[in-house]
Amino acid sequence: MSKTWPGLPSRLVSDMASNTDFLLQFTEFDEADRALEDSRDATTIRIEDTDTERHKPQKQRRSAPVMSFEEDPLANDDQTELLSGQKKSAPFWTFEYYQTFFDVETHQVKERILGSLLPWPGKNFVRLYIHNNPDLYGPFWICATLVFVIAICGNISDFLVYLGNPQYKYVPEFRKVTIAATAIYSYAWLVPLFLWGVLVWRNSKVINMVSYSFLEIVCVYGYCLAIYIPAVVLWIIPNEAVRWLSIAVALFLSGSVLVLTFWPAVRDDQPRVAIAIMVAIVVLHTLLAVGCKAYFFKTLEVEQTAPVGIQTNSSLSSLNRSTVLTR
Amino acid sequence: MAEVDESSKPMFAGLSDVSISTDIPVEGEINVPVGTSSQDDEYSTLDEPVKDTILRDLTAVGKKFVHVMYPKKSSALLRDWDLWGPLLLCVTLALMLQGGSVDSKEDEGPQFAEVFVIIWFGSVIITLNSKLLGGTISFFQSLCVLGYCIMPLTVAMIVCRLVLLGGSGKVSFIIRLLVVTASFSWSTFASTAFLADSQPTNRKALVVYPVFLFYFVIGWMILTFSQST
Repeated sequence: MSKTWPGLPSRLVSDMASNTDFLLQFTEFDEADRALEDSRDATTIRIEDTDTERHKPQKQRRSAPVMSFEEDPLANDDQTELLSGQKKSAPFWTFEYYQTFFDVETHQVKERILGSLLPWPGKNFVRLYIHNNPDLYGPFWICATLVFVIAICGNISDFLVYLGNPQYKYVPEFRKVTIAATAIYSYAWLVPLFLWGVLVWRNSKVINMVSYSFLEIVCVYGYCLAIYIPAVVLWIIPNEAVRWLSIAVALFLSGSVLVLTFWPAVRDDQPRVAIAIMVAIVVLHTLLAVGCKAYFFKTLEVEQTAPVGIQTNSSLSSLNRSTVLTR
Repeated sequence: MAEVDESSKPMFAGLSDVSISTDIPVEGEINVPVGTSSQDDEYSTLDEPVKDTILRDLTAVGKKFVHVMYPKKSSALLRDWDLWGPLLLCVTLALMLQGGSVDSKEDEGPQFAEVFVIIWFGSVIITLNSKLLGGTISFFQSLCVLGYCIMPLTVAMIVCRLVLLGGSGKVSFIIRLLVVTASFSWSTFASTAFLADSQPTNRKALVVYPVFLFYFVIGWMILTFSQST
């Protein structure tokens, strides 16, 4: 028997009771939502769909990736991570924390690589393949493979360009590996960092946006570099037409995957800003491909016009020419 | 009561099937690699002649070389790990791959430090990768296996240098290509035989691929080695 204030009409009491019921219901809805999240192993970051746009009000407070204190309430550890408010519950100094980034299986990696090669309008790479489980295996090893493939194929193409030239002495230019490694790894890590920063900044200005965590962006960029591996192998052929064709195809495929992935994140923004971000993504991707081709792969015409007698000078000058072009 | 038994049976039924598998590679170092001195407290190796000490280590290293030559699944290589063999192989390979003097104008091949760093840094990265993917092998066991499996590539390097002494034309290139390809596949196969068992089945390819890349790069460095005139 609840204690009621004397003199209050019973209807008011029952109204108050129903009000509190409503309040209880409202909290339950919140709890149910959170429980639903837990059961799907979901993160505090929601990737929106076009039909769930109605749920914006409660999702907006979860969409900022920086607010990582909204952790999985079942987590035993209360350590918070700045970079991702995801299901990692181990503190960052333990080995288990990093093991959560390698929680993939062979077929998943294969699917992700294939997904990055085949853009499909309407299908978001992050939502479809990454499923809130970004991994660092793919980006790291695809970048490592790309570095060595560029260095090796650059060497082979030099050899083929100079083939038949008796004064050419083949040297494995080992320095190129370090340069390629710096270029590829900085592209694969610094550009996602920059892009994530830009998206977070825009997110703070325009509320209703899909947002990705830093690791998901790194994942997308890492897997999108996978198409360049067969393209670089094709660059061995000293034919310029083949090289440019392979660049165009690779750029089209991976660029469109990138565009399709990031368009939902920026489309709610002002059109100029959205277009600027998209153009920047594509331009940087192009620059990487063209820069690698120009720096590591010599063209056939340059060598044929140089006199055969002064071999060392011509190779040095063509190297200088190609480095000047890229700088 | 009968209900309790019914409900508890499926719960505990699995326990009877649990058997401890005897071929899980043990982690870490159970035996001291130099022998049975852990069992004999009074026997100290300080008083023995130096020749005995050296010979014991050399025998252990030699046995592991034989294991790599004929790779079959054995836990001896994993249990008694040591890093003498990898060090010896790495130094030999780096010395032979060294690409000439620094003052020449052209880009030379890899220097000693570069090869050394690639081999050790690469081994560490691959070990970390396999551990992050959930492997049960320990850090130094993995380094030991990867280091010992460089042996076929070192043999290939010696063969390549001998072939280069005879001339550096197309024929020698083809011979060198065949030798390096054979030894690189042998290295990959040997290390996979030891490492793949420590991984869960759905991730074996993820662990084997970096090993393949590692030996491929070393093989490439051996193949493109050219003598400076």
